[in-house]
Amino acid sequence: MKGRSWVGDVLWYAGAIALALWVLAPIYLIGLLAFSPRMAVYRWPRPLLPLELSVETMRFFVTATGTLAATWNSIVVALFTMILSLILGAPAGYALARFFFPGREAVRMGILMTRMFPMAILSIPLAVTFIRMGLYDTPWAVALVHTAMALPFVILITASVFTAIPRDLEEAAMTLGCSPLSAFLRISLPLALPGLAAAALFTFVISWNEVFAAAILTLRQRTLPALVITVLNESPLYFRFAGGFFMVAPALVILLIIRRYLFHLWGVSGR
Amino acid sequence: MAGVRLEGVRKTFGKVVALREISLTVEDGEFFVLLGPSGCGKTTLLRCIAGLERVDRGRIFIGNREVTGLPPRRRNIAMVFQSYAVFPHMKVYDNIAFGLRMRRVPEAEVRRRVERAAGMLQLEGLLDRYPAQLSGGQRQRVAVARALVMQPEVLLMDEPLSNLDALLRLHARAELKRLHQETGMTIIYVTHDQVEAMSLGDRIAVMREGEIVQVDAPMRIYEAPATVFVGGFIGNPPMNFLQGVVEDGEGGPVFHLEGHRIPLSLAGEVSSGQQLLLGIRAEHIRVNDESHPGALPAEVLVVEPLGAQLLITARIGTQTLKLSLPPGHPVAPGQLLWLSFPAEAIRWMDARSGRAIPASAPGSS
Repeated sequence: MKGRSWVGDVLWYAGAIALALWVLAPIYLIGLLAFSPRMAVYRWPRPLLPLELSVETMRFFVTATGTLAATWNSIVVALFTMILSLILGAPAGYALARFFFPGREAVRMGILMTRMFPMAILSIPLAVTFIRMGLYDTPWAVALVHTAMALPFVILITASVFTAIPRDLEEAAMTLGCSPLSAFLRISLPLALPGLAAAALFTFVISWNEVFAAAILTLRQRTLPALVITVLNESPLYFRFAGGFFMVAPALVILLIIRRYLFHLWGVSGR
Repeated sequence: MAGVRLEGVRKTFGKVVALREISLTVEDGEFFVLLGPSGCGKTTLLRCIAGLERVDRGRIFIGNREVTGLPPRRRNIAMVFQSYAVFPHMKVYDNIAFGLRMRRVPEAEVRRRVERAAGMLQLEGLLDRYPAQLSGGQRQRVAVARALVMQPEVLLMDEPLSNLDALLRLHARAELKRLHQETGMTIIYVTHDQVEAMSLGDRIAVMREGEIVQVDAPMRIYEAPATVFVGGFIGNPPMNFLQGVVEDGEGGPVFHLEGHRIPLSLAGEVSSGQQLLLGIRAEHIRVNDESHPGALPAEVLVVEPLGAQLLITARIGTQTLKLSLPPGHPVAPGQLLWLSFPAEAIRWMDARSGRAIPASAPGSS
């Protein structure tokens, strides 16, 4: 770039590399140790290059008591959260994108404000409520809480998705014989599908990674993060690395797939 | 096919009045243009006819059927949007077929009609493409074809040419005119471009601030604008307006302009001291290089050669006006020209109200 000195360039890249390392180094180490032989974690100096790879540690984690059941619970919770928050969130996003109504901006802010209540304060009343309703220690209870947590994001993502679809298209469909509903189903929905899928995957990640509510609202029906966090203190070091990798990997993959939509949501132009 | 009738249509957006009491009749088979500057309400009016906006008051008829409360799909209209609104996830064929399929027309009939419409708009080779693979002009033609296949009673067009580049616009304009001649369809066409309006319209409604100022054939609007606004909006250059005062002369009232007297031939009442505007088109001004009786001296300020003509900016007293001369006419800034205004070409306007005062001479009103 013209007009920028090489000192600026160096600082810029140094900063970028430092930030990237800050995020990538732990992930790399987790991945490395998860795929090293069990005893590698205790060796000194620690191996920093993937010289001796092994699936032994991962196998140990996956076959440990409760892991598969917890994974299944996590998937059930995440899928249920995904469906529920899309059913509730997408229409709200559509309304924010398409309709002008009094207090629209207030609603937009209000949606974000639901994130202001710390889970720690909500958790005890929630646990009590769920015990009364007979939902305590079920995947559904966790999914309901996760839906509440994910909804603001789903609404804002879907609002931006629908805003990007010109209103003209629906109106043209209406002049060509569509009712407002069929114009939405035939025109806006197919066009919104990639964005809605991104929102769904994002919800999946939120639920998959959430640990606090899951740990408080379950005893035997643990989700994976809840299981890992409760057995963390009494498990060997290599088990923690394997568990960490097992949880991080799906989230990483999904975030890579949908990053374009997340940039869009956060106002960073794609290109 | 059918005409369209509006009775006292009013539309507001919050406190903003977009349309005040619009009444209008569009004849069956007519190419009717709504013309006005941006924000005059022309698009809103079109959207009210389409059913995309609900009117606050008034009634809308298509043919003899009242459609005021009907949704767009029950009005038997089709619309071409300024953005074209071609569905990006459908191929050209499916775009054009969309409306017919919504009506559950048998697929064989759909194919026949899509192919005919595609033929009329030179889209035959593009039916398998997606809109993203088309140029702006092609997308515009898809939008027109998609509306045409519906064989609507009224075709509504919202600035369909404004997103095309100048050369293509000229071509597409002629194509639209040919299309209207071939189909005989009733078309209501919104534009802010007065040349487009003049060239396409059987009749033009000039709009301003939510009201219709004048409805007339293009040449009538050009020659006999109802208000100063219309005269200034239509035509390039706009109509000249020279301000002066009515005075009593021996043979009746005369117009006093910058120290010169011009006879008034008016059917309407004028009173001495009333401020008037003398409206005249550049090409109607008679120009002489030498002084002669009744002619007004004007000093040439600017000479612009436009190819087919010379556009002259000249000054009478303190007022400037535009006039045209044949190309090659020797003229230079600072030179004096002698102008006379033929009575039948003058459009008298009241300076205060900006409205035309009917002339008394036969053949003009």
